[in-house]
Amino acid sequence: MSLRRFVDKVKPSFEEGGKLHIFLAGFEAIETFFFVPNQVTKGRVHIKDANDMKRSLIIVLIAMVPALLFGIWNTGFHHFQALGIEAGFWEMVWFGFLKILPIIIVSYVVGLGIEIAFAQMRNEEVAEGYFVSGMLIPLVMPADVPLWMVAVATVFAVVIGKEVFGGTGMNILNPALVARAFLFFAYPSHMSGDKVWIAGLSDGTGIVDGYSGATILGQAASNTSNFLNGLGEAYTSMDMFLGTIPGSIGETSTLAILIGAAILILTGVASWKVIFSVFAGGAIMGLILNLFAVNEFMALPFWEHLLLGGFAFGAVFMATDPVTATQTEKGKWIYGFLIGFLAILIRVLNPAYPEGVMMAILLMNVFAPLIDYYIVEANIKKRLKRAKVVANQ
Amino acid sequence: MAEVIKIKKGLDIKMNGQAELIYVKAPRAKTYAIKPGDWHGLTPKIIPKLCDEVKVGTPIFYDKYHPEIKFCSPVSGILSSINRGERRRIIEVVVEDNGKDTAETFLQGDPSELKREQIVENLLNSGLWPTIKQRPYSTIAKTDGQPKSIFISAFDTSPLAPDFDFLLKDSEEDFQWGVNALKRLTEGKVHLNLDGRYPSVRTLSNIKGVEINRFSGPHPAGNVGVQIYNLDPINKGDVVWVVQPQDVVAIGRLFKTGKYDPSVVVALTGARVEKPQYYKTIRGTEVAPLLEKQLKEGTNRVISGNVLNGTSIDAGTGYVGFLDSQITVITEGNYYELFGWILPGFKKMSVSRSFASTWLTPNRKFDMDTNYHGGERAFVMTGEYEKVLPMDIYPMQLLKAILVNDIDKMEQLGIYELDEEDMALCEFVCTSKTPVTKILREGLKAMRKEMED
Repeated sequence: MSLRRFVDKVKPSFEEGGKLHIFLAGFEAIETFFFVPNQVTKGRVHIKDANDMKRSLIIVLIAMVPALLFGIWNTGFHHFQALGIEAGFWEMVWFGFLKILPIIIVSYVVGLGIEIAFAQMRNEEVAEGYFVSGMLIPLVMPADVPLWMVAVATVFAVVIGKEVFGGTGMNILNPALVARAFLFFAYPSHMSGDKVWIAGLSDGTGIVDGYSGATILGQAASNTSNFLNGLGEAYTSMDMFLGTIPGSIGETSTLAILIGAAILILTGVASWKVIFSVFAGGAIMGLILNLFAVNEFMALPFWEHLLLGGFAFGAVFMATDPVTATQTEKGKWIYGFLIGFLAILIRVLNPAYPEGVMMAILLMNVFAPLIDYYIVEANIKKRLKRAKVVANQ
Repeated sequence: MAEVIKIKKGLDIKMNGQAELIYVKAPRAKTYAIKPGDWHGLTPKIIPKLCDEVKVGTPIFYDKYHPEIKFCSPVSGILSSINRGERRRIIEVVVEDNGKDTAETFLQGDPSELKREQIVENLLNSGLWPTIKQRPYSTIAKTDGQPKSIFISAFDTSPLAPDFDFLLKDSEEDFQWGVNALKRLTEGKVHLNLDGRYPSVRTLSNIKGVEINRFSGPHPAGNVGVQIYNLDPINKGDVVWVVQPQDVVAIGRLFKTGKYDPSVVVALTGARVEKPQYYKTIRGTEVAPLLEKQLKEGTNRVISGNVLNGTSIDAGTGYVGFLDSQITVITEGNYYELFGWILPGFKKMSVSRSFASTWLTPNRKFDMDTNYHGGERAFVMTGEYEKVLPMDIYPMQLLKAILVNDIDKMEQLGIYELDEEDMALCEFVCTSKTPVTKILREGLKAMRKEMED
């Protein structure tokens, strides 16, 4: 294998004492991207499962592809709709592709650059965590987000959200949500409102008269019950499910997200307990609000809540991040449930911001260790009790 | 008959190279060795001088901190070398065999008529005491003090494990003698744990004076740690002793004949073995005579023990471990694999359902090699360990407690109940490739230091 021979030839210059040693982490990242290393077991356990971190996280990336592809099409679709231009399928896809690709590139280049630099500084291998975060960040951005903002948010997310805690596996908050939250609080006008969700609408040239880019949640927050698209036609629940509505790039299509969820659950990479309980929590909160509805938003059918905004995306791709979720299996039920529950609560009852998923997940990220703490304490008490029972016999 | 205890969590790793149920008498080796490294926390002090004559059962070294615990030569001959490793640590104490098998004599007699002290002394003198290990810590049992119970697991669920039913077939009477001796060592019960998957008529089901329990389920159902957890769990301050079936037989023969019988049966297994089968041999034998004409071409790793709990030994100069009933030979996996992390993986063994093999060929047997299949990472995935550890213990939390050396937490989280072999599957399945068993041993060492010093 000539590629292998080439790698073996250049490897020594990256190793300790080599000329290119300061690029070791980057070299290793690239080498292990191509080749699973030849490392062998040393201790008393002589065999290892064929699975590794790269594979697990690449599965998550694959699971995001349907949402990404839909987002690409949807970006083009809404753009041309806003311009009042009849466009073909591929035209929409091409437009969306050109719009979204730079966001992805910025996210990966900036994020991986920082990761590699930190890995080199710490003399560690580059961890694969950013495979996933690097795609999550673009998918939770509005299509019209300026690229420099993506870059700034990525720097903030990777450095403050992750590396200050010690890197992949050590962070408390989900880095992609940190990026989103950072932008939301630092540049609110670019992350909410009626214009940012549709490519070209902020700019405003050539837009059809009276076209509105308001999201359904934005409309719901102003207490109407007939949700209209930009052209003034009514949305159906099917639109919400399929995702032909405005929103962040990857979040609109519940169907595409559910395909991703199926991939994650079938491969066992993400915890189905978390996904299930987020949806359950959201449905129950929605039902409670329905019961005590005093306005239109509270009366929004509970199941439509699950189709709207970032709910499904958050449940499937954000809440399931094993690093920031609870680590005990029992805890996952509680953690997921509270995310869903709080997301809808915040969504409906807070006056400022018509979306609660981001806040709910970040909040539960912070509380996850506490949930684990009580579950582990219970285990400890059980063990102590067992010891006492024996002692009293 | 007591009901079968079903173990639900765990994993059977299906591998090629199961030993055929055939006995072969192993060729006599030139040298035999005892490796102090087979026991945790043992500092050996050599007794005879080099080239001194020894008989079968002559002590060749003892435990520096417990001088009464002796380790005896398995053959007659001369003490030919003491092989040392890093920092002059003694790795092997080697005896050159003269083939005469002249033997020391020890106390002979029915254990039920002997005093407890006599039994202890006889085991110590004959070098069979070190076959008794204690939990917690899996060190050699202390000679003062009694265990609350003694456990014998008479089956093994590890990959390619020998069939103890076959292996003990003609030793039932000796086994009974051994049990009779062990019974005198505790006021508690002696638990004999059998494989619940098979019908009740099995070699050891007629042994008297013991509590017979049956277990079924995937590995680690055969691990004595899991069995103790289910029957008589170890709380703080508890001590349980553990003896392996072949050692029970050896103890029985000591009292029956007054001689130390070092003979033992070892299964030669693994995909790299031409003809996997059982060998009648002597404890501490050189491995080379067993491997003669048996190894397939290529880079092999020879393991004394099984792939989840074994010591890597050299195919030419290595010795089989004192307590091991199995040798496994697998491929050394020092290769690079192009895009290995994304390929569908038809021929790879994994618990992850991201591999085609888990869907298409769930019953496939694998060759397995020693490749890491990835790099070491921080803890990321959760819930993996819990699926293969059938105890109500939080493994990741325990490992983290060990990593920060939090003695109290380790104790609270149940470290006393675990040994490396019980967590070997956790290490196997770990996506982050965490050296779980190594960390656990560090924790056990720290714990023991804290409690016993």
